[in-house]
Amino acid sequence: MNSVILNKTYKELPFCEKEILRYAGCKEADEEISTLLKECINELKDKLTYKICYRELPFKANGNICDFEYFSLYSEKLSLNLKNSKKVILFAATVGVEIDRLIGKYGKLSPAKALFFQAIGAERIEALCDAFCADIEKEYTMKTKPRFSPGYGDLPLSAQKDVFDVLSPERRIGLTLNSSLLMSPTKSVTAFVGLNG
Amino acid sequence: MNFREYLKNNIVYLDGGMGTLLQAEGLKPGEHPESWNITHPDIITAIHKAYFEAGSNVVCTNTFGANCLKFSCDELEEIIKAAIANAKTAKECSVSNSEKFIALDIGPSGKLLKPLGDLDFEDAVGVFAKTVKLGVKYGADLIIIETMNDSYETKAALLAAKENSDLPVIVSNAYGEDGKLMTGATPAAMVAILEGMGADALGANCSLGPKQLRGVAEELLKKASVPVILKPNAGLPKSVDGKTVFDITADEFADEVAELVKKGVRVVGGCCGTTPEYISSLYNKTSDLAPVPIENKNITVVSSYTHAVEFGESPILIGERINPTGKKRFKQALLENDIDYILSEGVNQQEKGVHILDVNVGLPDIDEVQLLKTTIPELQAVTNLPLQIDTSNIAAMEASLRRYNGKAMINSVNGKKESMETVFPLVKKYGGLVVALTLDENGIPETAEGRVKIAENILKVASEYGIPKKDIIFDTLAMTISADNKAALATLSSLKTIKKELGCHTSLGVSNVSFGLPNRDAINGTFFALALENGLSAAIINPYSAEILKTYYTYKALKGLDQNCAEYIATADLFGISSPATAAETKKTAEEYSSELQRAVIKGFKEKAGELTKALLSSTAPLDIVNNEIIPALNIVGSGFENKTVYLPQLLMSAEAAKSAFEVIKAFMSGKENNEAKGIIVIATVHGDIHDIGKNIVKLLLENYGFDVIDLGKDVLPQKIVETVVELHAPLAGLSALMTTTVPAMEETIKLLRENAPWCKIVVGGAVLTKEYADKIGADKYAKDAMEGVRYAEMIVKESQ
Repeated sequence: MNSVILNKTYKELPFCEKEILRYAGCKEADEEISTLLKECINELKDKLTYKICYRELPFKANGNICDFEYFSLYSEKLSLNLKNSKKVILFAATVGVEIDRLIGKYGKLSPAKALFFQAIGAERIEALCDAFCADIEKEYTMKTKPRFSPGYGDLPLSAQKDVFDVLSPERRIGLTLNSSLLMSPTKSVTAFVGLNG
Repeated sequence: MNFREYLKNNIVYLDGGMGTLLQAEGLKPGEHPESWNITHPDIITAIHKAYFEAGSNVVCTNTFGANCLKFSCDELEEIIKAAIANAKTAKECSVSNSEKFIALDIGPSGKLLKPLGDLDFEDAVGVFAKTVKLGVKYGADLIIIETMNDSYETKAALLAAKENSDLPVIVSNAYGEDGKLMTGATPAAMVAILEGMGADALGANCSLGPKQLRGVAEELLKKASVPVILKPNAGLPKSVDGKTVFDITADEFADEVAELVKKGVRVVGGCCGTTPEYISSLYNKTSDLAPVPIENKNITVVSSYTHAVEFGESPILIGERINPTGKKRFKQALLENDIDYILSEGVNQQEKGVHILDVNVGLPDIDEVQLLKTTIPELQAVTNLPLQIDTSNIAAMEASLRRYNGKAMINSVNGKKESMETVFPLVKKYGGLVVALTLDENGIPETAEGRVKIAENILKVASEYGIPKKDIIFDTLAMTISADNKAALATLSSLKTIKKELGCHTSLGVSNVSFGLPNRDAINGTFFALALENGLSAAIINPYSAEILKTYYTYKALKGLDQNCAEYIATADLFGISSPATAAETKKTAEEYSSELQRAVIKGFKEKAGELTKALLSSTAPLDIVNNEIIPALNIVGSGFENKTVYLPQLLMSAEAAKSAFEVIKAFMSGKENNEAKGIIVIATVHGDIHDIGKNIVKLLLENYGFDVIDLGKDVLPQKIVETVVELHAPLAGLSALMTTTVPAMEETIKLLRENAPWCKIVVGGAVLTKEYADKIGADKYAKDAMEGVRYAEMIVKESQ
């Protein structure tokens, strides 16, 4: 069994403007919107950090109980998602605090920009998770199943506590959990990923 | 020998990693290593002992995560008691004959501080204080605060250590690959903060290996006047056959760290992945080296949570606009608790290129302590510039210095005994660069000699408080030449003497010199130039003044302080004559719209909307502009949004353009009695939820439509919302929640509102809500978007009137 927690960082990940616009609730962009979007991306670009920490977990499905040895979770949906997985990876990912600063700043000064930073953040963290899962597929030469996070389906958000206990992302990537079980920085994801041969 | 004495003339060896060794002994994932002090004292003691025998002078107790957020009070006390006892046993059993000390180890709380997270600064201080008190009680020799990746949390921990013990405190931060802390601070910024607060040593540990931390260590050595700590990882972790393996050997590690000891690092050890073997190797390779003496760098510096601003040859600009003196619109904003206005003044000045922002919110009848205490963190959430805390209210000064994330500039102390007795203890405790005015009980001396004498006395008293010369910056007081035509000469001459003979930096509020004269800017510009030539280091100025900017940039270009005149060229248009071309070009397309202002609002041209409104005000009544121009434009965009031809970002851009037009109108009308607000609406993101973008959008649109919006912010307790609604007898409350987990808080708020404010209608919104959900929790209305909220508000307020 592999008990090592590893870190991964990415220097750059390409932006997908179309996806950002979708998150911003914008079907098409006129000139003003495009300009504003570019402005936001430029303001943010050098401030992002793409950090991940992850580890392999031992896994046994016991009906709807997912047994990860160090802790177990009751969830029909997660158990279904991980069914037949040869390996399970648990990871925590974040694009850092700077985007939260910008969302906070412009929430007060320019909600239009805040909306875009919100949308860019959503696109960024997904892009980071995608890049990570693609790398994992390569490393393990296995296919990943869809990522599954605490709060999805019947997996309660309280599962975050177990996730944080076994990954210690506070120290590794600066990701913390607050008393309402929300993560800070907010543009962050924790998830289980099943791997199949 | 005590630790402070030993640190003076020796290279101090700390210990190495603990976590990796405990894992090898069978610590399970998710298990608290701190509990092992109680369950496996023999293992912990053996590890400490091995470090002492490898050459460590200091072992850090196994208390990295020992705080009252993770453990109950009783557990915490047991853990710290046992941890220190284990270290003491190791110290007694060890056969090494080096000096040995036990450091109470304090790691991060595991929470992020507000505003980025949910832990309040004072609560963080309280958390660390508990650990510190126990460490003192059970006999630690010193405190090590380590692996902190946030400047604010570091400050909280150091403050707790200082307030609850007299022990030496050494502080080490975790820097990332970019050479900064996770929340953005550079090594120079951390040196400013930690030295200011009196850390005995400071440095870097964890996250990276010695090679990657080299740049950070060198930067710390360049800036710090206290010993520098380096405690790196054994390189980076890899997985080999299911085990964590670090990628540098003990030998390589020791060689790398030894290089930096030769350059001046004085406190060394290892972090994750290092073992007694690493420390032993490091000890063997460095114990023959002579410790590099600690040099006083004499750097006058302030900092924010990201960067340091050093006072040197290049003049520092301090923006003066956050100050109600002589500004009607600003006074109005303060009285209305309009923090957003203050924040935009901060951001706008930063865009003009100032280096520091002066913050003065003093007005009669205002609770300055409370206002400054909220303004400082709010400003720090929108700007990363260092702040100058400008107040004569000592309680407000202390509250701000405590909360400030960085090393602040303080405005001001003066030569009066009482002033020095109250201000200097604060400077000593919290750190800071204090502006000292050259006046005393006898007033402002007319002569330069008189002012210099006061300056000398201030320096003397400051040193009695342990405040070094570098942390005092003198203001020789610019007085108006309209009252005394020799006034400027005395100011300039004392400036020159203080800079040259006392070797201190200087600052001036430049604009006072022209009080009572026409075209003040002209005088101010020239006076500023003269002051710079006489050795002025920093000036409190109006960054919107073209004359001041012109002087600043031309001075730098002429004095060889502007490489290739690059700054001058880049900013020349700031103070040049602006070209009128843009107005004509927009005329053409304006025909499609009923007016240019309407076009600006519809297209979301923020600045243009403001400019056009300003121009219109010379010929049109403010209310006509609102009713005939802005509101119709907003309605066009609003119905476009409702018909799905306009998207949310466009709606917001228009709303912001309208807001900038309103802001011009507000400034024009401030002072005149004209409050035609439609009605009061209280809005908030409910308790437990920190998402406020939706709420902010609703606020902006409601304000556009003339409502008086009381925004209570995010994560607001039900009681607070109810109190506000009752106090203002608000006809409508808007509640927002984004997470399913926080909808119960919304339900609770509604219940409380129904009991205490039965007249108040409640509209709810947020990502997880639906009409059905809203009905279930008892809201009057579910608004699917901001426009629907506005329409509902108009209906309710009309009914209530």
